[in-house]
Amino acid sequence: MSDSLISETVKDAVQIAKDHNGDVHEHDVHAGDNHSDDHGGHHTSLGLSNTKLAMWLFLGSECLLFGGLISTYMLYRNRHSENLGPDQLWDIPFTSATSFVLLTSSLTMVLAVSAANRKDLRNTKIYLGVTALLGALFLAGQIYEFTVFYREGLGFTTSLFSSSFFTLTGFHGVHVSIGIIMLVAMIGMLSKEKVSGDEAEAVEMVGLYWHFVDIVWIIIFTLVYLIPA
Amino acid sequence: MTDTLETPTAHDDHGADVHHGPSDKQFVTIFFILAAITAVEVAVSYIDIGALFLPVLLGLMIVKFFTVVLYFMHIKFDNKLFGRLFYIGLGLAVFVYVAALSTFQFFAG
Repeated sequence: MSDSLISETVKDAVQIAKDHNGDVHEHDVHAGDNHSDDHGGHHTSLGLSNTKLAMWLFLGSECLLFGGLISTYMLYRNRHSENLGPDQLWDIPFTSATSFVLLTSSLTMVLAVSAANRKDLRNTKIYLGVTALLGALFLAGQIYEFTVFYREGLGFTTSLFSSSFFTLTGFHGVHVSIGIIMLVAMIGMLSKEKVSGDEAEAVEMVGLYWHFVDIVWIIIFTLVYLIPA
Repeated sequence: MTDTLETPTAHDDHGADVHHGPSDKQFVTIFFILAAITAVEVAVSYIDIGALFLPVLLGLMIVKFFTVVLYFMHIKFDNKLFGRLFYIGLGLAVFVYVAALSTFQFFAG
């Protein structure tokens, strides 16, 4: 991590705030409108969407969470008994299939965001629904995998390897579950017109979270499953 | 891979985020590229390519990661401040990872 990136980020934020101050009078004309204007700008001190800023900050902090969990797994992945390690347990074709399902859900999610930007409500809800279904399919695969491992004798406290593996993939599974809840909630809110503010931005926020879940799995799939201990 | 994609102006005069980026068709193309990379990753895990095994798999993982971040998560087309917030977290996470592994490597036993 370089200090220059942090200082550049702060400089950018200050510059955006300065640029935005020049537009205060123009924005005052639209007082009362809390959402993006015709230019895609926002009535905030930075001229950017606070919601989006908060989501990116949250995702940045999530990197730290998963960074710690992945580090822990990498440290302990060799701490297992001879007959209950990755070589005996992993089913690469099955995990590859579930990875493909999650990757496909990222496509349907980005298509949902695209439809929301076009204000195509029907397709937005369809794509969100398909994304939730694919997410549920991925989760079902993970639960099946956990069950198989448990029947093979790999419990949470069996070894340091099993503890770190279940913690890492379990945390990811919890994130997928939360994502599915967000997707279903978004479909319901769009149907009942309960979304306050910019609907496209709300869908985009769910999309950012969902893609983050996907990129974490991209790392887990390679480091945990494909690269042998 | 990315040369075929448009790179429209990411910011308006306010420096604000606006909705530009690939079309739906381009998103589908990106998806097929990601699927192909995943297939190559799995194939590589089954064949013996010697010392290239680890660099190839890590390289493909990084390409997939940043393809999703840049295009699906729109970082390439949004205000750069959003990306920087994310990259700071990502950089710290990599630092934690390297520091933890190095520490255990040096002080093991």
